[in-house]
Amino acid sequence: MKSRRMFASIVGTIAVALAATGCGGGEAGGGAAENFPQKRVEYILPFDAGGESDITARLQQEKLAEVLGQAVNISYKPGGGGALGWSELTRTAPDGYKFMGSNLPHIILQPMLRDDAGYETEDLKQVYIFQSTPNALLVPADSDIQNLEDFIAAAKEDPGAMSVGGSGDFTANHIGTLMLNDMAGIDVTYTPFSGTGTAVPALLGGHVDALMSYTPQISQLGDQVRAIAVATEERMPGLPDVPTFAEQGYDLVDGAYRGVSVPSETPDDIVQKLADAFEEVNQDPELVEAFEEQAFVLENYGPDEAVELTEERKAVYEDLLTRLELVP
Amino acid sequence: MFEVLGQGLLANLAPSMLLLVLIGTLSGMALGAMPGLSATMGVALLVPFTFAMDPTSGLVLLGAFYMGAIYGGSFTAILVNAPGTPSSIATALDGYPLTRKGRSEFAIVGATMGSFVGGIIGVIALIFLAPPLASFSLRFGPQEYFWVAIFGLTIIASLASGSLLKGLIGGLLGLLLATVGIAPVGGDVRFTFGEPMLQGGIPLVPALIGLFTIPEVIRLIALRTRDAQMVDETRQKDRLGGMLKEILSRPVNLIRSGVIGTIVGILPGAGGSVANLVAYNEAKRASKHPETFGEGEIDGVVASESANNGTVGGGFIPTLTLGVPGTPPDAIILGVLLLHGLRPGAELFTTSGPLVYTFIIALAVSAVMMVPVGLVAGRGLQRGVMALPVRYLAPGITVLTIIGAYAIRSSVVDVFIMLALGVAAYLLQRVGIGGASIVLGLVLGSIAETGLVQGILTSADAALPWTTFFTRPISLVLIAMSVLSVLWPFLQKRRAAKTAAAVNDKTANPVSQRPDTGEGD
Repeated sequence: MKSRRMFASIVGTIAVALAATGCGGGEAGGGAAENFPQKRVEYILPFDAGGESDITARLQQEKLAEVLGQAVNISYKPGGGGALGWSELTRTAPDGYKFMGSNLPHIILQPMLRDDAGYETEDLKQVYIFQSTPNALLVPADSDIQNLEDFIAAAKEDPGAMSVGGSGDFTANHIGTLMLNDMAGIDVTYTPFSGTGTAVPALLGGHVDALMSYTPQISQLGDQVRAIAVATEERMPGLPDVPTFAEQGYDLVDGAYRGVSVPSETPDDIVQKLADAFEEVNQDPELVEAFEEQAFVLENYGPDEAVELTEERKAVYEDLLTRLELVP
Repeated sequence: MFEVLGQGLLANLAPSMLLLVLIGTLSGMALGAMPGLSATMGVALLVPFTFAMDPTSGLVLLGAFYMGAIYGGSFTAILVNAPGTPSSIATALDGYPLTRKGRSEFAIVGATMGSFVGGIIGVIALIFLAPPLASFSLRFGPQEYFWVAIFGLTIIASLASGSLLKGLIGGLLGLLLATVGIAPVGGDVRFTFGEPMLQGGIPLVPALIGLFTIPEVIRLIALRTRDAQMVDETRQKDRLGGMLKEILSRPVNLIRSGVIGTIVGILPGAGGSVANLVAYNEAKRASKHPETFGEGEIDGVVASESANNGTVGGGFIPTLTLGVPGTPPDAIILGVLLLHGLRPGAELFTTSGPLVYTFIIALAVSAVMMVPVGLVAGRGLQRGVMALPVRYLAPGITVLTIIGAYAIRSSVVDVFIMLALGVAAYLLQRVGIGGASIVLGLVLGSIAETGLVQGILTSADAALPWTTFFTRPISLVLIAMSVLSVLWPFLQKRRAAKTAAAVNDKTANPVSQRPDTGEGD
């Protein structure tokens, strides 16, 4: 079965190449959306298996297949913090059969800060944003730091000396730490790890003083850590005891948003059809419950709202990063 | 604890459970044997199927599959010099030379017994030592990871038994390749030459296939004669009993390698790709006849395979007790645990005891099953491959390498990288620079770089951040081990020269005492 799939994708690649050079018959017309999808769809993740995006996609897979009436195949194209997959997506056929997980702020910050990320934010057409994981500031359970006030006081004592770990460069953890630095007038050193999986042991082992991570880690790590603030507007229903940054005096609301994107030339009606499917999946009671259990926040941004959100976040980041002189 | 352990054991003896473990182990082996299809990918593909099962059966199937996949990687490493997973790099170093000597069956038997013992050792550690080992692993910070990588690089000194200089050149080439792509810390784009696909760096599995397998394919084709044989078939067939006896006569190697695998498996971020190389190096160092390593030494195969299956149990230690995945497939299994509402932590062993112990025992059962399966199916497979004439074998392997390189990320660029590295490796081999030292540089380069930069960043509070690399206790131990590892081949040579001189002195006595009459370790 595996080899058949491989064969199909090789044939598919050849077909795409033929179509690109003008040899194929133009079958993907405008009215194709009516009967979309007619074959299996490909849900590609630009990250390794096992992460938050993967868990989310697994929860959606079955329901998505039900709604679309076609099988949904999940595959992985990791590398470059997602950039490899996204630059590849800009070169795939814009027919809606291949869509890829896409994260904010990654797809904003990578093109902004890297000389050549291989894609521009506008090259990706966001179909739907279905979920977010807010930033959360964690310290080891045995740390002297009890709350955000202690954290900031400790950071002010010796500027630059405090180390805060997080997952990756140009991620929500990274920008969240920079925002906190900016708002509180402190200078902590951000250390990127290859993912949450390697950042957490660095915190538990005391190799970093604190961790800017995502809310699911709070319940996952239990009493090994103390969460001193979450970057949401109000306390999260699943985490009633953890205060927000805002109620401790710093208006930090940010996190990673997960959704899916297609190449920018994909016809609008196909995009809408996919968006409707994700919207329906997002209302499934089982999925809603699983999201809440994992401290994921359910989001519902359609194609237009997603662009609005992206523009708004982009402006915030651009302002901050220009002031910090990080934009090249 | 022993009560739930017993329950777990009983649950595993149910015929339906045994069948599930057997299916998992077999399908894992089949997948692991395909170059390019890693254990991580296989486990990820299997996850949706387990949703239809109850949590226990699903986890048991995943665990058995994972165990089998790590073992399966040894087949292609031994038979066609294509390490199916990075965990089997060192297996190829001696397994393939054994194949060329017509002793592939011996190598398969060695890999099977090694995998079995290593798997069991990992599981024993998981059952009895999980909490203390997990907290030990937390003491490894960026500095320690840097030194682990340096220690790994010192293996070049012992790999390159011919010329240290050529080994170092190979290692440096590997390190250079490791700098391609986005910097692991800081995110700068390096040496991609405008090709976005290179942002992810040189992908490891296509590189492995290229560096190891392609030179062999070229060699096979270059033999010219139409009915050239890949292997020397003049040898007598080995008998199974004799092979087992020879392998089991050196239990120290089996156990030491399994323990090394378990310990390295506990460290998140190191895993099987490092464990098999370290165990191989230690086996060579402890051996009475280190010069036979690389030429088809069964101890090398046993060490590598025992270590990589040791990482399975070891990797689950931080996964289950801390919620920190020890190896990439563990991350997926952790995801499955979370989906079923099971929170890792010390409480997991008490609150969900029966499930956890059933899963752990299933890992052990899977390791046990590898023995009959490997000795029957593995040897059968080996006979099939050996029976193929070269004119079918060479194109067959080529197709496999291309599929393998393509499958890992469905990327044609990876196929080109694989072919380019393969041709380069063939040419480098002609001048005596082996693929193994290049791979070592490639695997360890990014671990070393990440550790170095993170170590400097996290110790920003120190007056001179780099000094923290020399002040931490575990770092000091690792530094000492690295120095010893570099000097060992020289010390060994000197000792050998001395004994040789001593023997020469006694030439008057024709019956010279052979220095190596003691039994092997």
